Amino acid sequence: MTALLELQDVNKDYRVGGFLDRSTLHAVKHVSFTLDAEKPEIFTVVGESGSGKTTTARMILGNETPTSGTLRFMGKDIAAVRTRKERLEFMSRVQPIFQNPFEAFNPLTTLDYYLFSTARRFLGLKDKAAVEAATDKSLQHVGLSLAEVRGRYSHELSGGQLQRIAVARALIPGPKLIVADEPVSMVDASLRMSIVNLFRELRDTLGVSIIYITHDLSTAYYISDRVIIMHKGDVVEAGRAEDVLGNPTHEYSRALRSAVLPPDPVVASAIIREKLRAI
Amino acid sequence: MLAAVENKPVSVEAKPVLRVEGLKAYYQMNYFGVRREVRAVDDVSLTINRNEIYGIAGESSSGKSSLIKTIAGAITPPLRVVEGSVKFDFGGKELDVYAQRPAMKAARWKHLSYVMQGSMNVLNPVRKVKHAFRDFAFKHMGLSEGEFRARVESHLQRIGLDPRVLESYPHQLSGGMRQRLTIGLATVCEPEFIIADEPTTALDVLVQQDVLALIKGVQQRMGSSIIFVTHDMTVHAAIADRIGIVYAGRLVEEGSTLDVFQHPQHPYTAHLIASLPRIGDTRKRVALGGKPPNLADPPSGCRFHPRCPLAVDKCKSENPPLLARNSGRVACWRAGEVEAA
Ligand SMILES: Nc1ncnc2c1ncn2[C@@H]1O[C@H](COP(=O)(O)OP(=O)(O)OP(=O)(O)O)[C@@H](O)[C@H]1O
Ligand SMILES: Nc1ncnc2c1ncn2[C@@H]1O[C@H](COP(=O)(O)OP(=O)(O)OP(=O)(O)O)[C@@H](O)[C@H]1O
Ligand code: SF4
Ligand SMILES: [Mg+2]
Ligand SMILES: [Mg+2]
Repeated sequence: MTALLELQDVNKDYRVGGFLDRSTLHAVKHVSFTLDAEKPEIFTVVGESGSGKTTTARMILGNETPTSGTLRFMGKDIAAVRTRKERLEFMSRVQPIFQNPFEAFNPLTTLDYYLFSTARRFLGLKDKAAVEAATDKSLQHVGLSLAEVRGRYSHELSGGQLQRIAVARALIPGPKLIVADEPVSMVDASLRMSIVNLFRELRDTLGVSIIYITHDLSTAYYISDRVIIMHKGDVVEAGRAEDVLGNPTHEYSRALRSAVLPPDPVVASAIIREKLRAI
Repeated sequence: MLAAVENKPVSVEAKPVLRVEGLKAYYQMNYFGVRREVRAVDDVSLTINRNEIYGIAGESSSGKSSLIKTIAGAITPPLRVVEGSVKFDFGGKELDVYAQRPAMKAARWKHLSYVMQGSMNVLNPVRKVKHAFRDFAFKHMGLSEGEFRARVESHLQRIGLDPRVLESYPHQLSGGMRQRLTIGLATVCEPEFIIADEPTTALDVLVQQDVLALIKGVQQRMGSSIIFVTHDMTVHAAIADRIGIVYAGRLVEEGSTLDVFQHPQHPYTAHLIASLPRIGDTRKRVALGGKPPNLADPPSGCRFHPRCPLAVDKCKSENPPLLARNSGRVACWRAGEVEAA
């Protein structure tokens, strides 16, 4: 097997606190996993708030360096990606989609500018028509078009529209790996399904692997090949999606599964009232 | 403020705390001489009672945030109120949001708090979190420094936040931690009216339940009213007393939560309920056919007609009015027929 991505005993510590009570926060602890280059998959990371999911994603993207351990992409240490050229090469293979689409785009820049510059930068396109064609093509993938997006600013679009633009932008360079940090948290159930179905399609037709960070167990169950569950920086469970989500063994994953609110007002409101009584 | 509430005559109690009438709010833009108008809130009327949680649901870009922003009096150009009114009743005193701007400003935080969508951004990136609590909540709570700090800390603990987060800068916190902080901020002074836009999107199900219980708890203790937006129907199921369904800038159905889930009357609502994902189900789901409507050029007649399985000719030309039905109101020429189908 050739590894697309390989994490070996990755750790990330942060120094926190004031001058007097300085301490170390172990945001990510001993995380190891490998994605196979020949078998594109949807690899899902689930875990409670603050468990280290975004920190792990940031290290995979090379935005954060591990305190110890190594991350390799196509055999190459991500920390060793230094020169501008190497960085560009790396980024055209590994693309991010972030948690908050409102933060991902500068409110003073039009969205088409982001898309055009991605096309120019990564595809080396110069010709205006070619840049626009590439942009429109990736927007079509997410159910939008250049005509709808042209000249508009991020604040002119809704959360769901913005998130689809973020997916479209990530698709432009033709990446091998997409690191999607809660890509569907802002969108409604129907769009959510269209985005996760899109991920499936990317995997099956374009051979893109996807690291899918989510709180949404139902979509996780629905599209994942493998799942890891993080808890306070540790991977507490890992395996095939059916096994981990269908039959969880760790206390946190069990709690997570049994806590899913059913879309039923009688049951769901009883759960919240119960919770309230417990406080 | 408390005294005023206690002295209220009983008849006032029955009056709704919020009345939105014929509200139209459009984004009006001018691109190099070309006028563009996005009719994000188009003729919405609703009322909210004291001690009630009202949830607004609808697909992405249907205008939920625009509606709630307009209700909160928090709009900035190019969004403008074109018609209609938003009136609150705080302790028997009427506050007309768009006629009494200064009074509205004063009501912020004291009577009313508003959590914007993606509002992790209200936290100033260069100041520690504790300063935000001081700035927004301290003066409304009439507590000593020490009591205030203790209150804030126990409040945060209830939603799973370590009090040490108060000493952090926003960038040192995870997305879900920041979202919980903004909820903590909006609820700690227990206002009479809480307006929240997607307050739990960045949270896992466990934390989400703590946050929902916190919101519900504040509402019960204070008898406050809440209007919130989310596309997450399970959140509506969990805490809403009534639900309003928005489609393309219009309220198309409204009813008690139970009725909306069990007997949806509008075809769009029926689709929304039927497509809810349930764990253990890996069937490929069908998304609603067709594109979400463009609010700069919305479909004629019933705005849902291009995607509606029940559409008839009349739907293309005539906009169905929102009429009383069961526990609520529905805007559809064939209201109720979907249930039989
Ligand atoms: N720059 C930083 N400095 C200090 N601590 C940090 C920093 N970035 C993250 N942390 C801490 O690391 C831990 C993990 O954060 P991370 O953002 O990875 O969580 P997460 O799993 O993505 O959570 P969420 O689901 O809420 O987004 C948290 O306790 C957070 O406060
Ligand atoms: N500042 C703006 N200028 C122009 N149009 C805008 C602006 N803000 C929002 N819109 C448009 O108004 C419509 C309604 O947007 P709104 O943010 O209210 O939707 P929403 O229902 O909250 O969606 P979501 O669930 O995705 O957050 C969308 O078509 C959006 O593009
Ligand atoms: S009015 Fe017509 S198009 Fe609109 S929801 Fe009812 S049946 Fe469908
Ligand atoms: Mg995160
Ligand atoms: Mg919104």
